[in-house]
Amino acid sequence: MTPSIHPSFDPDQVYDVLVVGGGNAALCAAMTAREAGAEVLLLECAPKHFRGGNSRHTRDLRYMHASGNEHLTGPYPEEEFWEDLIRVTGGKTNEKLARLTIRQSNDIGQWMAAHGCMFQPAMRATLHLARTNGFFLGGGKGLMNAYYNTAAKLGVNILYEAEVRDLELSDGRFAGASFVSQDTVQKARAKAVVLASGGFQANIEWLKEYWGTPAENFIIRGTPFNKGRLLRVLLDHGAKPVGDGSQCHAVAVDARAPKFDGGIVTRLDCIPFGIVVNRQARRFYDEGEDFWPKRYAIWGRLVAQQPDQIAYSIVDSKSIDLFMPSVFPPLEAHSIGAMAAKLELDPKALEETVADFNKATRPESFDPGELDGCSTAGIDPPKSNWARPLDTPPYYGYPLRPGITFTYLGLTVNEQARVIMQDDRPADNIFAAGEIMAGNILGQGYMAGFGLTIGSVFGRIAGKEAARHVLD
Amino acid sequence: MSSTEHLKEADRVMVICNSCRYCEGFCAVFPAMERRRIFTEKDLKYLANLCHNCRDCYYACQYAPPHEFDLNLPKTLAELRLDTYRDFAWPALFGGLFKRNVPATVLIAALSVVLVSLLTLIIQGTSTVFSTHLGENAFYKIIPYLIIVIPMSALGLFVLTSLTMGFRRLWRDTGGAADEIIDLRANVGALKDALSLKYLAGGGHGCNYPDERFSHIRRWFHHFTFYGFMLCLASTTVAAFYDHFLHWRAPYPFWSWPVVLGTVGGVALLIGTGGLLYLKKTMDPVPAAPASFGMDIGFLILLFLVSSTGLLLLALRETAAMGTLLTIHLGLVVALFIALPYGKFIHAVYRYAALVRNAIEALREGH
Repeated sequence: MTPSIHPSFDPDQVYDVLVVGGGNAALCAAMTAREAGAEVLLLECAPKHFRGGNSRHTRDLRYMHASGNEHLTGPYPEEEFWEDLIRVTGGKTNEKLARLTIRQSNDIGQWMAAHGCMFQPAMRATLHLARTNGFFLGGGKGLMNAYYNTAAKLGVNILYEAEVRDLELSDGRFAGASFVSQDTVQKARAKAVVLASGGFQANIEWLKEYWGTPAENFIIRGTPFNKGRLLRVLLDHGAKPVGDGSQCHAVAVDARAPKFDGGIVTRLDCIPFGIVVNRQARRFYDEGEDFWPKRYAIWGRLVAQQPDQIAYSIVDSKSIDLFMPSVFPPLEAHSIGAMAAKLELDPKALEETVADFNKATRPESFDPGELDGCSTAGIDPPKSNWARPLDTPPYYGYPLRPGITFTYLGLTVNEQARVIMQDDRPADNIFAAGEIMAGNILGQGYMAGFGLTIGSVFGRIAGKEAARHVLD
Repeated sequence: MSSTEHLKEADRVMVICNSCRYCEGFCAVFPAMERRRIFTEKDLKYLANLCHNCRDCYYACQYAPPHEFDLNLPKTLAELRLDTYRDFAWPALFGGLFKRNVPATVLIAALSVVLVSLLTLIIQGTSTVFSTHLGENAFYKIIPYLIIVIPMSALGLFVLTSLTMGFRRLWRDTGGAADEIIDLRANVGALKDALSLKYLAGGGHGCNYPDERFSHIRRWFHHFTFYGFMLCLASTTVAAFYDHFLHWRAPYPFWSWPVVLGTVGGVALLIGTGGLLYLKKTMDPVPAAPASFGMDIGFLILLFLVSSTGLLLLALRETAAMGTLLTIHLGLVVALFIALPYGKFIHAVYRYAALVRNAIEALREGH
């Protein structure tokens, strides 16, 4: 007998299902497989405090439902869901898998509640999602706490700080995984594996393959544990990729944010109400192109394309109360020149940019609640809405960096969540769920609460199919 | 940390919370926070007293330690809350009692038990105290009527003044105007919240005691404590009425209102305080303020002792132990009275003030 490193792990046992990862998709797969009767081992890379991958930073899940309930204000039928998805992805989706996701999300809130999820009505800032998305009381970490409790009660064997490094694969079949725990390499054997270990957005070296050195200036909004190690292992072993590796969901976050795990609080909603300049103190994009929720996801890329991947949003005191407060206080100055000094920009250049901008604004009626057409005239780039002059000190400045939320490159799967190999044959006992395969369905763009939909639906499918594969 | 540092930390934490807002479904603190963009000293003291310490937000927090933001809202607010207890105490001299609350409570309890016992022995002599007394007026044979009524009334008046002054100071220092406190609708709302312990249910699923799992156990123990306390207060009031207006003298028969109310209240207090003490002992210490631990358990132990000696007195009132038990019980009751404004009990007063302020703000907002 091999001595065990942990009471939840027996190195001599051949588990029915090994789940790699510890976020929403992993937990959904583990609970489902366990409920189907499988002996399940779940290996989470993070320590207990940081368990849950990017799911710990989420807040809500989008799901199809025929009628409203105590948490949702109205119905969200399949066709509307599908149209929303087509709009955000520009058609970059696998319709069969997307429709499957939408249909199987039908009333998934009930399944979630039965597994410990507590919902709350949407409040204040999130009211625009109150009909389509279920909000978790306390957010995603609360959901993860509930799922881990339920999984433990069901008898799922859970190991933290267990980082899977490699898989034993031969001819598209999985036999075991080697993982590092307590500084030793361990071997876990199982009859099937569910890969739910996320994307590669926390792997700066990998990002540099597409972005070059600028990637070093990216801020990773979520968990530092999503290195994409298993994504790479599978691709190296002949799995068929999906999605564009050079694409990632990137928003503009406060440049003072922590390198990893800053989560929601580092986002900035000030951009439409002022101007954004680069290191040369020049504007570079229409700050008021559309409503902020429709535009914030382009600003990460826009900032990434600027010199040194940095930009600065400047508003004046007329606008400071119009957007959600953020975690770092803005830099404050009583003149544009002084603001330039604080932001370490050329004062003359910034004064010139602001003067040109102010001259181009026109006295139209300003309304932050709609596309007010309050636009500039005669400058490039223009500002199409909410273009008021910056003329009322104090001025406020926020430094911006690209904040990476997730990557799109993933593993191709079929309707059973089986990983598809290069020859288009499904792997026998390898399943994938969550961010590692979300690119099949969300090929580009972003839709609030949809990552969790994919993770929940495919987590359950993967858990069910893996258990069926083993037990039948 | 000093009071200034507690305020600074509370401000830092509130700014993070206000840009996250994931916890807004848990309790009143978060909607109250969202009504603000910057947090003045007054705001922070108000929010600190609005927090019911259910800890739901701590376990749900993506920024809780070991995250580098090191966000621990229940602990931060508990530390600031303790500062307000100390700063608003009346007379100000007694604010220091919050610093070393367990020794202070023990000292007060010991002194008052010893004093009451000594006085009784000196005045009545050992033969009276240690013999059996039956029938009407039995208690007063141990401690004469006026010796109970006059000092206790004086003490009661002092305690009431002290609590009122504390309330006034807190009200003013959390930004309240004098006329706001008589807002009827706000008071009705606050009373409902207080009597139902609405926010000990977190967002409806309970507190995170002793660990991250949700449970209503703390709310139930608190209900037992609060309503047990109220029943005992009712028992005393009915007894005073019998005595004063109907000239029926204690001890009363078992099936009389004072004894039934007191017995039920006493048992409820034992369950409630015992349960709360158990939770204090088993709880995860990370989201708690170590400095307030002594205060929390000091008052609970005192309440536990008062109710257990009261029940013992009832059980043994027809034996020779009655005299001893009566003096001990009375001594503890005196200590409890003295400790009310300078211990955990004050939270009831300040929490109510914060709930009224919250109700006023919510009404203004049109909720």
